Amino acid sequence: MSDLSEAVSLALTLVLTFDSDLIEIVALSLRVSLSAVLLACLIGLPLGAFLAITRFPGRGVALTFLNALMGLPPVVVGLIVYLHLSRAGPLGFLGLLYTPAAMIIAQTILITPIVAALSRQVLEDLHLEYADQFRSFALTRAQTMRALIWDARYSLLTVALAGFGRAVAEVGAVMIVGGNIDHLTRVMTTAIALETSRGELALAMALGVVLMVLALGVNAAVHGVRATAARQAHA
Amino acid sequence: MLRPVLTTLTALALAMPAAAERILVQSTTSTANSGLYDHILPIFTDETGITVNVVAVGTGQAIKNARNCDGDVLLVHAKPAEEKFVADGRGVARADLMYNDFIIVGPGADPAGVKGMEDVQGALTKIAETKALFASRGDESGTHKKERALWAETGIDPTGASGGWYRETGSGMGATLNAAQGMAAYAMTDRATWLSFANKGDFEILVQGDADMFNQYGIILVNPEVCANVKAEAGQSFIDWLLSDAGQGAIAGYTLGGEQLFFPNAGD
Repeated sequence: MSDLSEAVSLALTLVLTFDSDLIEIVALSLRVSLSAVLLACLIGLPLGAFLAITRFPGRGVALTFLNALMGLPPVVVGLIVYLHLSRAGPLGFLGLLYTPAAMIIAQTILITPIVAALSRQVLEDLHLEYADQFRSFALTRAQTMRALIWDARYSLLTVALAGFGRAVAEVGAVMIVGGNIDHLTRVMTTAIALETSRGELALAMALGVVLMVLALGVNAAVHGVRATAARQAHA
Repeated sequence: MLRPVLTTLTALALAMPAAAERILVQSTTSTANSGLYDHILPIFTDETGITVNVVAVGTGQAIKNARNCDGDVLLVHAKPAEEKFVADGRGVARADLMYNDFIIVGPGADPAGVKGMEDVQGALTKIAETKALFASRGDESGTHKKERALWAETGIDPTGASGGWYRETGSGMGATLNAAQGMAAYAMTDRATWLSFANKGDFEILVQGDADMFNQYGIILVNPEVCANVKAEAGQSFIDWLLSDAGQGAIAGYTLGGEQLFFPNAGD
C-alpha cells in the first residue's frame, strides 16, 4: 500500500515538474498509437463495411477468422514484423527496424482486426435497418459503405477507442520491433518494463498511473467531441 | 484504400528527425540497466558527434540480432559464443573490454546455509541438496550460459528439478531478481546489475569471490562485408574509443554508492 501511495506521489511529481524524459516518452506513445489507430481505421473501416454488406461463399469462415485475429498476441505480431523488417528479412532494405515507423506498423497489424471485426458488426446491424432504403435509392456498394460508415460514426469512435486502448497498452510488439531505445523508440509501456527490470517498482508503477491517466484523457476527449456533435445535431 | 495508408506511413517516416551519424549497439542488459551507458555514451557523443543507440537484450538474443545484421556493434558477455560469432565471419574481431564478477544472492534467512562461501560449486551443491529454491534465467543469456557451465562442473543437472526447486523464469536479469525476491529463491547475477537493482528487500550477497565467477565483457564490430548496412567507420571509432585510455577511464569512473561496477581490461 505504501508502494502505491509512493507511486502516485512520484507520478504527480513527474507530471507537475514537466519531466522532459517523461514528456518525450508520452509524446512518442501517443504518436505511435494514434498513428496506428488512424491507419487501422483507414484499412479496417472499409474492410468492415465491405464484409457487413457483402455476401459471398466462405463469408462465415472469413468472419470467424477475422474475429479470431482480435486475439493476436502482441509478441507474435512483434516477431512477425521483426522477421520482415530485419536486415536479413525481405523488407530489411527499408531500414525501418528500431524506428517509430516499425512500431506503428506492428500496432497497426495488431489492431486492424479489432477495428474491422467490431465495425463489421456495428455496420451490419445498421445495414439491416436501412437495407430497404438503400435499395430504393439504388446506391452502389461504395456509396452504401460510405453512407453506413457516416451514419455509424459515433459508434465507430468507440471502435477506434477499443483499438487505441489495445495499442497504447501493449508492450510485447513495440519492445521487439522498437528495441526500447532511449530518446528514439522508448514508449510508456517499454519504460515501465525497463523500470520493473531495474527493480524500481514505485517508478514503474508511477509511469503506469500516468499511462492510465493518459488513456482516460484520450477517452474523455473523444467523449467530449461526441457529446458536442450530438448536441449540435439535435439543436 | 491503400494510398492513404502509404501516404501516412511515408509522412510518419519523414517526420523522424534527420539524424547525424548514429550507430546501433546490440547489447547485454547489465551494461544498460546498471546505468553504465548513461555515464559513458554522452562523453563519446560529445567527443565525436556520433549518437549511440542501444538495444539491450540478453546476450543470446543480441548475438542473434547481430547475425541478422540488425546492429553495428555487439557488446556482450559470453566469450565462447562471441568467438564463434567472429569465426563464422559475422564479426570482424573480438576484443576484451572490461570485467566484473558474478555473485549469488538470496534471502538473508539463507535456508541452504551458503552465506560467506567462496567456492561456488560447493554452494550450488548445497542448494541442490537442500532443495532450496533457485531462480535461473533460463533464457540463453550470458549469465544463464555461465550458470549452466557452473552447474555442469558440480555434476548436478538441476533441469531435472525444473518447476520444482529449480525455477527457470525465461526472462531478463531484473525480472528474474524480482521473481527470486517474490519466491525467496537464490539467484545468480552479475554484480553491476545487483548493485543498481532497487528492489533488494532482505536479499544480500551470499556467495562471491570464486575465480570461476569472473565475468568478461567483449566488443565486436559486425562484419560490413557480410552486412552491407553496417556503419563500419563510426562503429569502429566507438570500439577504438572504448578500448582507448579515455574510454577505459570512463568505464572505471562509473560508480554507484562509491562502488566501481565495471573494471576495464582492454589489451591485458
